[in-house]
Amino acid sequence: MFPIIEKKVLNSQVTLYRFAAPFIAKKVQPGQFVMLRIDEKGERIPLTVADFDREAGSITLIVQAVGFTTKKLATMEVGDAVADLVGPLGCPTEFGTPKKAIVIGGGVGCAIAYPQAKALAAMGVDTTVIAGFRNRDIVILEEEMRAVANHYYVTTDDGSYGEKGLVTDVLNRLCEKDTYDLVIAIGPIMMMKFVAKATESFGIRTIVSLNPIMIDGTGMCGGCRVKVGGEVKFACVDGPDFDGHAVDFDELARRGAFYRVEEAHACRLEEKQHG
Amino acid sequence: MADMSPNKTPMPEQEPTVRNKNFGEVSLGYTPEMAMGEAKRCLGCKNRPCVSGCPVNVQIPDFIGKIAEGDFKGAYEVISATNALPAVCGRVCPQESQCEGKCVRGIKGESVGIGRLERFAADYFAKNYEAELPEIRKNGQKVAIIGAGPAGLTCAGDLVKLGYEVTVFEAMHTAGGVLMYGIPEFRLPKAIVQSEIEKLEKAGVKIMTDMVIGKVLSVDEIMEMGFDAVFIGSGAGLPMFMGIEGEDAVGVYSANEFLTRINLMKAYLPEYDTPIKHSNKVAVVGGGNVAMDAARSAKRLGAEHVYIIYRRGEEEMPARGEEIHHAKEEEIEFRLLCNPKRILTDEKGLVSGIECIRTQLSEPDASGRRRPVEVEGSEFVLDVDAVIMALGTSPNPLIRSTTTGLEANKRGCLIVDDCMKTTKEGVYAGGDAVTGAATVILAMGSGKTAAATIDKYLSERRGNHEKS
Repeated sequence: MFPIIEKKVLNSQVTLYRFAAPFIAKKVQPGQFVMLRIDEKGERIPLTVADFDREAGSITLIVQAVGFTTKKLATMEVGDAVADLVGPLGCPTEFGTPKKAIVIGGGVGCAIAYPQAKALAAMGVDTTVIAGFRNRDIVILEEEMRAVANHYYVTTDDGSYGEKGLVTDVLNRLCEKDTYDLVIAIGPIMMMKFVAKATESFGIRTIVSLNPIMIDGTGMCGGCRVKVGGEVKFACVDGPDFDGHAVDFDELARRGAFYRVEEAHACRLEEKQHG
Repeated sequence: MADMSPNKTPMPEQEPTVRNKNFGEVSLGYTPEMAMGEAKRCLGCKNRPCVSGCPVNVQIPDFIGKIAEGDFKGAYEVISATNALPAVCGRVCPQESQCEGKCVRGIKGESVGIGRLERFAADYFAKNYEAELPEIRKNGQKVAIIGAGPAGLTCAGDLVKLGYEVTVFEAMHTAGGVLMYGIPEFRLPKAIVQSEIEKLEKAGVKIMTDMVIGKVLSVDEIMEMGFDAVFIGSGAGLPMFMGIEGEDAVGVYSANEFLTRINLMKAYLPEYDTPIKHSNKVAVVGGGNVAMDAARSAKRLGAEHVYIIYRRGEEEMPARGEEIHHAKEEEIEFRLLCNPKRILTDEKGLVSGIECIRTQLSEPDASGRRRPVEVEGSEFVLDVDAVIMALGTSPNPLIRSTTTGLEANKRGCLIVDDCMKTTKEGVYAGGDAVTGAATVILAMGSGKTAAATIDKYLSERRGNHEKS
């Protein structure tokens, strides 16, 4: 069992959980994920690790309550424990040796972009963060991002906070003025697709982090297969980071929607139980 | 005098049209009377050909003799002396090509139903007795086992009996490996697997789940933690795909994914959270036991039509005869001598059909089976909404790629000698990680061999310590 040792509500949908997971905390690196299962009857879901503390033996997950398991998790409190946390899985991010990097987080994607920005800053890289949200109410991790990044930009779709517009608007503006040699984009599939499109024209190496459907997370089921540069890759073992210019985002979006009907059904059931 | 009836005592089974709508066990097991009757068909041959066909060396005529006498507990004790998972083997071993394949009674008529008797003894014992724990004197040495599947559990069971402190590291949340995620409930009830595992735990085997070795710990780190030897039984978990057009469509699964959702995650039961699609027309590509399991599971989820697509004929199918027979009884539709060319999709990217081409068999290939050759212009389309690829699996590279000095062959299988010793000092391996996808009993046999080798290696080291 893996107990929750800290819980912090970041916005109406997104919650930070710190779990005691000493084996994982000892090994995990930015870009890696864990599989979480709440209880004996639970499903296994992949969640990228947002932060870790090797000495305290803890890992942090920042989770948006969108599906059955994430909603159930949101009802758990400090002292409650999940049955399983498996990891660290996937390959750590290969940062290379950039000089100037832009890290882009879209919505809850900021949770995964944060350890990337933190790692780049620790490597002495000039790091710019662009964080995009639908509106002011759901802005997360601004303070944390500002603390590690050299420059921080925030956009909202409705202009209620920061700049009105999309992360790509800021990205295009920055890249026209200055030279960057790495972009990391984490967020909704369509955001990553358009970031990759933009950086391709500037010729900037771009890493995206994918979160497709998985069961085991160790290469066994093949449910997470994704086409990258025309080749089939398993996101769980070959990724979850991939070259943004080579990923087939449209296929990824199609495959990700497969269980939406069943999931909506499960969520309704849950509302029944709790409502 | 032995009962000279040429036929095995039939196994009571659920009716095909009933069972293809539920996940309950197909074969219901012998009654004590049936078991005693079948046991009396054994001639008790002196040279014991059946034993030579058993990878874990069960003393078959001895346990059958006990059943014939009505000493069912005694029969179980004979089996469990060499077999760590009797209730499992009695159900899933390919007896026809092992013990029963060597049975003298099989020359004229049917062999003795050794598998059915083994199952009976194991089930009878589990229902009526508590396993007694033998007094084990610990020898102070520690062995780590990677993977709680048939190879690892067998190795663990043998070593714990010999006095070793045994820890099994399992990647999934439940021990059992393929017995839990691969083989369906209707062939091998999961409660039986769990009770076999509980017996091992009671005997002192420590199982740590959620530990993906190669990620959370390396083999070298395990050795640094004070383990004197390591056994790798990590299986062959990576599914293969065909590489044909449309394979990335929504509704194409590996058999691993489909079966894991059903068996391990229990997605077919409403109280479990893992989702599963209930498709109406399903094509399963492949001719092995896994293909039969996937097809029969799809039927039980309510599919109206389930097809097995296989590029050779029935004779060449690697699946057990019994599985093919059961699948046919359950209205699985066989489309033999044809091979998928591409998967068709609708405008949303969902599977809408599978295009196949007919094949003919020509000369035998390297596997000894006749090679299928496509018949030009014979393409046809099967109307389906899901495709399950059951083409085989290969070993996961996670451990070999993170362990220095551990060598593998071109297919990614770990290289071992006859005693299951790898190329790395103190490290042994067995099961599918060594052979590629094979059977439960072969994995168990290799786990047993490895346990004996590890014992020899560590008792020599123990001897040396005592001398110095």
